[in-house]
Amino acid sequence: MGRASSLTPSRLLLLGALLACGVVAPLLFPAYQSQLTELLIFIVFALAWDLVGGQMGYNSFGNVLFVGLGMYVSAIVQVGLFYDVGLYTEAKGGGTEFVFDADQFLAGLAFGLPAAALISALAAWLLGSLVLSMRGHYFAICTLGLGIAAGQVAAGIPWIGAGSGMLTPNPPADLGDVGLLLYYLALGLAVTCMLTFAWLLSTRFGLALNAIRDDEDKAEAMGLNTHAAKVTAWVIAAAFLGMAGAIYGNVVRFIDPVETAFAGATIGAWMILMALLGGKGTLLGPIVGAIVFQLTKELFLTFLLGWQRVALGVLIVAVAVFFPSGIVGFVNDRLRTRERAGEQGP
Amino acid sequence: MIANLLILFEAPALGLQLLIDGILIGAVFALAAYGMALVWGVTNIVNVCQGEFVMLGGLVTVLCAEQGVPPLLAVPLAAAALYALGWILFQTVIVHLLGRDMFNSVLATFGIAIVMQQLMARGFGGADRIAESGLGSWFFFDGLVGIAKIKLVVFAACITLGVALALFLARSRQGQAIRATAQSPRAAEVLGIETRKVYGLTYALNAAICGVAGGLASMAYTVHPYSGLSYTIRSFMIVVVAGLGNLAGVVWAALGLGVAESFAGFILGPQYQIAFVFALLVAVLVTRNWRLKAKRRYLK
Amino acid sequence: MLGAAVSLTGKYALNGANTKNGYELAVQKINGRGGVTIGGRPHKLVVRYYDDESTPARGTELAERLVKQDGVKFMLGPYSSGLTKAILPVVEKYKVPMVEGNGAARELFTKGYRYVFAVLSTSDQYLTPAIELAAEHADKLGKPKDKLRIALAMENDPFAQDVRAGVLDDVQRHGMMIVIDDQLPPELNDMSVTLTKVKALKPDVLVISGHEKGALTAIGQIKALQVYVPVVAMTHCDSAQIAEKMGKAAEHVFCAHQWHRSLAYKDDVFGTAEDFAKAFEAAFAYEAPYQAAQSAAAVHVFADAIKRAQSLDAEKVRDAIAATELDTFYGPVKFDMSGRNIAKPVVLTQVQGGKYVVVYPQKWASGTPLVPRPLP
Repeated sequence: MGRASSLTPSRLLLLGALLACGVVAPLLFPAYQSQLTELLIFIVFALAWDLVGGQMGYNSFGNVLFVGLGMYVSAIVQVGLFYDVGLYTEAKGGGTEFVFDADQFLAGLAFGLPAAALISALAAWLLGSLVLSMRGHYFAICTLGLGIAAGQVAAGIPWIGAGSGMLTPNPPADLGDVGLLLYYLALGLAVTCMLTFAWLLSTRFGLALNAIRDDEDKAEAMGLNTHAAKVTAWVIAAAFLGMAGAIYGNVVRFIDPVETAFAGATIGAWMILMALLGGKGTLLGPIVGAIVFQLTKELFLTFLLGWQRVALGVLIVAVAVFFPSGIVGFVNDRLRTRERAGEQGP
Repeated sequence: MIANLLILFEAPALGLQLLIDGILIGAVFALAAYGMALVWGVTNIVNVCQGEFVMLGGLVTVLCAEQGVPPLLAVPLAAAALYALGWILFQTVIVHLLGRDMFNSVLATFGIAIVMQQLMARGFGGADRIAESGLGSWFFFDGLVGIAKIKLVVFAACITLGVALALFLARSRQGQAIRATAQSPRAAEVLGIETRKVYGLTYALNAAICGVAGGLASMAYTVHPYSGLSYTIRSFMIVVVAGLGNLAGVVWAALGLGVAESFAGFILGPQYQIAFVFALLVAVLVTRNWRLKAKRRYLK
Repeated sequence: MLGAAVSLTGKYALNGANTKNGYELAVQKINGRGGVTIGGRPHKLVVRYYDDESTPARGTELAERLVKQDGVKFMLGPYSSGLTKAILPVVEKYKVPMVEGNGAARELFTKGYRYVFAVLSTSDQYLTPAIELAAEHADKLGKPKDKLRIALAMENDPFAQDVRAGVLDDVQRHGMMIVIDDQLPPELNDMSVTLTKVKALKPDVLVISGHEKGALTAIGQIKALQVYVPVVAMTHCDSAQIAEKMGKAAEHVFCAHQWHRSLAYKDDVFGTAEDFAKAFEAAFAYEAPYQAAQSAAAVHVFADAIKRAQSLDAEKVRDAIAATELDTFYGPVKFDMSGRNIAKPVVLTQVQGGKYVVVYPQKWASGTPLVPRPLP
């Protein structure tokens, strides 16, 4: 694990190159802009899941709780700063009375995104003490339950649109390409996430998380404050999930409580899938997993219409069977065996 | 909410109806959960395509019914078909997952679930289906309480299967082989038990159980290629709440879940039904864990 | 070239198939007659399909893809109000005119969007006829119309909630009382709880909207629990095929239809409504639900508008669509400022003898409604 997260000079160069690619990509391929944005958001989802799941061993099935929370909080702030949210949702986002000009729209984002991260983090902190004292399957179930319950509760609150969902503010026409703005926000978030996690995992905190995963009782016995570590990790993950969710909400515009915000069966399951696909417990794993997943999903959709889910399912099964430690895990193992073979002398 | 509570006080027979409905829907979940618990306990595999097995069982039953086979006879057919499918899936996919960590099986069976969903939709069409059982209903309390006889059949099937499986596991040689393998695969191997065969048997058996559940569900409710997820999630919840290894507890937990949902739906309204029940689940687990913490232990 | 992201998989797989088949039949018919002639040259219609997997986020993504990567300039709508709602911001942003036939919620038209046009009537009109009917026949139910008690069981999604809003408005107008107002979560398979309440409170009218699953579950469980309500009305009966599948249990249920084959509409591409139904059955081997009819009508509107605009320029076509005044086999089409079709009514049918008979409004009725429902 130390190898994958250390920032050697060659690594830095590689990262710099990737960053440059990331910056120019939407300009070179404007047609794929929203897909690239989505990819970046999913990378954040997968990384955040892996922090608590892969690195710490607490597999959450309900991270979608924070995604949806962030989505709604941002939408509420973006609208609520200028209009009454209740009236807005009642009019179902009526375009003629509820107009946002450029300043209002940008201000909305500027306050909405951090608010999303903050509230998600707060929620994680409050729930953490309850839920993080459970282990293994029980933790998974509790988070699953919370995720599902959240979707139902959101669908029952008329203030945020209940079952009809909520629309994020209409980007004003004079603001230019808002999609591009959202892309760069997503890129910024993804890069921040990667760097933050890389740094975190190289510190003692990272070791603490791994210790908790490997044997929590021993770690506790050795004097580690496991509770504090667990809550901290979850809060950090929640903050990123919340902000990513907020950006996503602005990309898809229409927030449906059960289908989009707290979409356990899709986003919730996918973030786990992507991390597993790429390799749990590695820094590159979730990133690779997200890229592979999104790419194949899109390719299958274009070329295998009508069979795309079958193909995707078969791919997932194949990866699970043949690459149990994920793609990155597989590559790491190979490199390690080669290294060991090389060390054995001439 | 108060209004709904008042209705219950005025007509307690309705409370009975809710209780019965809850038990009956719980019975369907109990079957699916029982199968999941069996597979999980013996092979350490979490079968995420459980709901899809159930739906397939339902769709096969509906198909047979549409061809003129009496639906109740079609259920064993569905069970047999699912058994075969389970066996095939085991030999091709599941066998590779044995001995690996739980998440590996989650990933693989999720993949299978997606494949099954789309194949079912292509094969059976994307419509909601329902099979006519031809049974009527019994009525009590001046028509206020009605029990669809098919739901009683479901309940009876659940109990019978539960008892049959328990006996099978306790008395028959196969059953003992399964239990032995669950306790210690290595010891079982040493003693001459072909653990691979046992695992395969368990997985196929689970598929068959789901087939029965699905067949019965298609008569009491509707089935749809993409509606399997709710069964999977509830099975998972029930198994964890009952505690892994506690097969009898699974039945109680499932029935309890059904009743809780029924009453929650009536008193709080259907829109909060699911949220309430899941929140309840979380509360139950948290309290249990908290009490164990006092003894410096935790839920395993 | 037109683009369409429809639900080929997911919970709307069936409806998406109905929609797609409708589009396909229309394209076939129109191309068969030479396509659309612009400036003397015939142009054939071609539709690019994607699968939105019944999820709104996917729909948005695919709409963007259709516009930006595939370069479509005209969009055909998906199935369901929720999915249509998800696509609206995209077509509006890229100024791609969209004609849709399967998104009925009123909120789709209150946002001042200029590029969306719907051939179907809005959802608030679906079940209001049932309330009207009940009001008209209140004497047969033994009470004055403002003493009628109404029970609602609606799915918690944009479409059904809008149907509910329409019903609530009408109920309030007549001064009737709502005794049950349940909002069912979409993944719910079981309505026994709501029906138990119905048994307890004995309403006069029960209205249900939960797509096909709701219709089937409701009828099945009403029969199983022997719940008696004098007037039962629901949506999505024909696509759920309740008359064919549920036999006697479906008798005398009122159904909301956007279109019915017995109605006296006609046009020169498809012929009469009955002609369309026959052509659809011949092509796809099942009876045409109105979802297919409205999809075909959407394509027809596009063809007609493009012909009138004599151009493939999006703005010109958009303006031509806005000025549409067309009689089709599906009904008359005329759009108001917001893109709604204000010329076509929603009809109420009643299942009589295993068939759907149009009973309301009077103008289009071919049978008389039976109120109250006979006791089993």
